[in-house]
This record gives sequence, structure tokens and C-alpha cells, in this order.
Amino acid sequence: MFTNRKLQYSLAINEALHQMMESDPSVFLIGQGVKSPWYVGNTAQGLLERFGVERVIDTPVSENAMTGAAVGAAISGMKPVVVHPRIDFMLYAFDPIINEAANWCYMNGGKASVPVVIWGIINRGGEQAAQHSQALQALFAHIPGLKVVMPSTPYDAKGLMIAAIKDDNPVVYIDDRWLHTLEGEVPEEVYEVAIGKAVIRREGKDVTMAATSYMVHNAMRAAEELARDGISGEVLDIRTVKPLDKQLLLASVKKTGRLVVADGGWKTCGIAAEILAIVLEEAFGYIKSPVVRVTLPDVPAPASSALEKVYYPDSGSIVQAVKKVLSS
Amino acid sequence: MKRYPKNFLRKLYKTMIRMRFCEESLVEPILNGEVGCPVHLYSGEEAIAAGICASLKETDYIFGNHRSHGHFLAKGGSMNELAAEIYCKETGCSRGRGGSMHLIDPDVGMLGSAPIVAGTISLALGAALAASIRKDNRVVVSFFGDGATGEGVLYESLNFSALKKLPIVFACENNLYATHMPIQECRVRNNIYKIGEPFCIESHEIDGNDVLQVYEAGREAIDKCRKGEGPVFLEFLTYRFRGHVGPDDNIQGTHTDIRPKEEMESWLKKDPIKRFERYLLSNNMLDEQVLDIITQEAEKEVITAHSFAKNSPFPDKKELNRYVYKQEASV
Repeated sequence: MFTNRKLQYSLAINEALHQMMESDPSVFLIGQGVKSPWYVGNTAQGLLERFGVERVIDTPVSENAMTGAAVGAAISGMKPVVVHPRIDFMLYAFDPIINEAANWCYMNGGKASVPVVIWGIINRGGEQAAQHSQALQALFAHIPGLKVVMPSTPYDAKGLMIAAIKDDNPVVYIDDRWLHTLEGEVPEEVYEVAIGKAVIRREGKDVTMAATSYMVHNAMRAAEELARDGISGEVLDIRTVKPLDKQLLLASVKKTGRLVVADGGWKTCGIAAEILAIVLEEAFGYIKSPVVRVTLPDVPAPASSALEKVYYPDSGSIVQAVKKVLSS
Repeated sequence: MKRYPKNFLRKLYKTMIRMRFCEESLVEPILNGEVGCPVHLYSGEEAIAAGICASLKETDYIFGNHRSHGHFLAKGGSMNELAAEIYCKETGCSRGRGGSMHLIDPDVGMLGSAPIVAGTISLALGAALAASIRKDNRVVVSFFGDGATGEGVLYESLNFSALKKLPIVFACENNLYATHMPIQECRVRNNIYKIGEPFCIESHEIDGNDVLQVYEAGREAIDKCRKGEGPVFLEFLTYRFRGHVGPDDNIQGTHTDIRPKEEMESWLKKDPIKRFERYLLSNNMLDEQVLDIITQEAEKEVITAHSFAKNSPFPDKKELNRYVYKQEASV
């Protein structure tokens, strides 16, 4: 076994699917485009050839019924992964995800559970405009009964997919296509990254930069830049948006006393707002200066690349935010 | 005339009588406030659940909707647990977290019910997909009403089930009303069974108040599904004897029904239980004594169920958070 094997983020997902489908016959993959790289990149490569059409199910364009079918199969003892190659189309499936899957265990008094993975891919940039660019993690994180994970590294992409498949509850797995080509260390063996656990990506003492998914990498670049100015930034990768790892978040903020939150979703009622609310409720006395959110503006995604450049926050946005926090 | 074994007829009659008595026994507790959750009574439609479930094995699956007391009982759910759930008690089939609209008993293949119109059709589709992947020879029945034919997910599910030849029976209970809306205000023509045809799904229109016709159609459909020749779409014409929710439609406290009086009277004459009784007696298949015994047993069962429900505790306030997620240790 290679210890420092590198793998692309998308292939880390692929490896998780291969390994779980091999070890557990109740795991199957269903969704539009699972046999087409045009839809799912190389995340599903080799699965159809290996596991056949009964367990790698390319579907008609019927997000509502297909997601419902995955939920129903989960209720009847299977462990489906249903993929939405563009998370925007997952909105057609709000009923099976929210009304049914999320509520099922509770409203049936724990008599049944829904071990389904609902996988939605964010596809931003490239002038794809408002309906092909959305980052909808906050919508799902709002719902009791769902878990929501957003891996930022290849290691977590594999480990969280495995953990999501093994989980007895509905897990919304959100990856960002901008991360798919990212390379990183990925062990070959089957391993899980615990759902509900954040991680410190870089230690620092002056400010906490809590970030999700792609924004973690912007935060890392920001931390490099800030270090050149003598500012020691701590980068916290949230990893699981729900349930959120309050303990690690609060420990970091209590240490640094300052907080910038970077999330690739919208500002109002978003993940960043939730993180700030937790800190204000539970660590108010430790906060030395106002907190700042780095998010999308409350605006639909534009097409024009001229507008995209100002629409998507980058590491510079985080640097600015940190400087603002430190100067007030 | 086809001769059925007496035991079979007795069981079919008993299933229907248990449903009717159970439903009618809820009228008083609803009116006096002892039952508080929304209750959609199945009186008048008993032949459908009874007739179909008579051909299902315990391992087969069904999913229901908001009006599913009958489905739950016909599939083998316990009346005690049903009543306790309607009273929202800890001993209910959903531990008081679901109420009348969320009935489940996985041990007998009743996989759940939900009031989002058409909400469980795709879940039943998934259960059929699971059966087909596992090749476990199970059949799934999806019960839904005429109102659900207005929802797009039904057509997505019909297409996919036909494409994959899934073992699922789509059982549409057409009681002519989607809540307050008569079917002629919802559809251009009252010919729901034809919606299966564009998907090349075998489809039939059945008199849903004739339990033996329901049974025959259900048996054939279920057999086909079990042989891999599914799906099948069945439309059952029927009528609810009570309001959409509660004993009557109770518009602004009037306790009246919104439906035309003549229409209601004509359907009351087609009461599926009375029709079955007439058939059994006039053809000397079961005698009155047998029917009386079944009736008395059902009455007793209903009384026991209410007393079990009323004497059961409410869920513990300390357990408000329990069951949001499945925890390894808690089930």
C-alpha cells in the first residue's frame, strides 16, 4: 500500500463509490447522467462496467420521482446514492428530501430510517448564470433530520462519502466542481471522516477564518498572505454544515477572539449567519471585535464573466475582511 | 358463479367490518375533542384495501396516504396501535409523533403513509426498485387518491416503473373528490385509469365498492408483478361516506357535507359492506350467525383499542428530540 498516494478529488469520490458498492450489495447509484462524464465527470467512472445497470441507474429527467425512489429504496432496506449533477435541479426533489426523507424517522417514531445519500454538485462560473451556479447548502441545513456535508479536500471527499453511505440517516453531500481536479493525499483503504466534525487546517492566534468547501482554499491562501503581514490566521474547515461542530468552532474563536466566516452561499439566512449566531450565543464574552461574513451578495449568479469576477469572493475578499476585523 | 373458500370470505368480511367499526368509533372522540389530530376516515372505501391486501404476503410492501387507517389494518397492523396513534400516545404505531396521517408497521410490510398528495408514490416506486435489485420477489402497492393524479411525480413514477418493469401496483382510489373539489373541476374527463396507457402500463377501471371485483383485479395485478410483468395501474371507483377530514365537512361549524344530497344517497346504497353481506347471504356462502359473530368480535376489538389508547401515556416531554435521527442505541 502506498502511504502518500495522491488522488484527484473527483476520483476520491469515485473510489468511495467503488469500495462501498463492492463491500455492500445494498449500495447503488441512481441519477441523471451516471453513465455520462458530461454530467458527473469521472466520479462514476468504471462503476457501470463493474456493477451493471441494476446498480448504476441512469434515469430519465425526473428528479422528483428518482429522488423519491432513492428514499423509498432506503426505507425498504437499501443504501442508495442519488446524484444531482447540478444541484439546481435538486430543487425539483424538495418534497422527497424534506417532506419525506428528513421527517420520516421522526414522524414514524423511529420505526424506520432513511439511509440515503443525496448528492448535489455545485457548478459555478463559466458564465452559466443563475440556474446553473447555485450553492444551496443553507436550504438543506435548515431542515431537521437532514445532515449536510461539504468536503473541501480529496481525503474528506472520500471519507465523507463513505461515512454518508454508512450513516442511517439522509445525508446531503455537496461538492463543488471547482474542487474536482484538486489533488491530495487519499489512502487506498476504506476509511470514514466523521460527520459532524470540523478540522483546523492551519493554526493561528489572531483570527479564526471559518470556511466551507471551496472557500477553505481561499481562506488558506488568505492566511498565507496575511502571514506575510505578520497576521496569524487560523483556518477552520467546517466540513459538516449540519450538524455543525460547535465545540471546535467555539474553541477556536475563544482562542483568537476574532472571526471571519467564508461560505460560498448567499448572505441572508446563510451558513455564515448561522455560524455567527452560534458564536454570539455561546462565546460573546470572548469576541474582541465585530465579526464579518464573506459570502455571495444576495444576488442571483450573473452570466457575464465581467460580473462573475465581482460576484464570487476570493482570497482577497477574506484578506480584506480579516484586516477589517483586526482594525476595529 | 365463482366459489370462494368460506374461510377466505369470512376473513375478507372481517377485515372490512373491522375497518368500518374502527372508523365509525372515531366520530365521537373527534367531535368531543378527545382525538385532536386531523383524521381522514375510510368509511365507504373498505373494499379496496381489504380486496387488494388479501392477495399480498406479509413481506410485500404498501405505502398509503392521508386516508390510510384501512390500508394499515388490512395489511395486518394492530388496531390498538392504530387507535393509540390517532390519540397521539406513546404506544401508537408511530409513538405519537405522527398521528392519524403517519401510520407504519414495517414488520407487516406497511412502510408508511403521508398526507403530501402523491408524496409516497415515488417512495413505493423506490421500494419496488429495491425489490427488483434484490430480486426478492416482493410486490409493492401504492395507494393514492384521485387528487394525486394532479401531481407530476405520479407520471414520472409511471414512466420509470414501466421502463424498468417494476413490481408495483398503482392503486388509485377515486372517491370523486380531492378535498372539496369534485373531479369534474379537476379533470376534463373522469377516466383516470387511462393515464397508464401512454406508458404502456396495463390499466383497469374497477368498481371499488365490490370487494370481490377488487380482489380479482388486485390478485391478477399482484400475480403479474410477481412474475416480472408489472407494473399495473388500477383505478377503483368509490365514495367516502364521511367528510374529507373528520366526520363531515363541517364548513364553518355547520357539520354539513358539501356534496349533493342525491349523490350521497345513491352512493350509500352502494355501501361495500352491505353489498358483500347481501351477496354472502343470498348465495348461502356465509350465514347470519357467522356474520354476527364477526361483528361482535369487531365491536369488542374496537372497544379494547379505544381503552388501550386512552389508558396509554402521552410521549414524554423529555423525549421531544428523540427520533430526529436514527441513533444506533435508541431503536
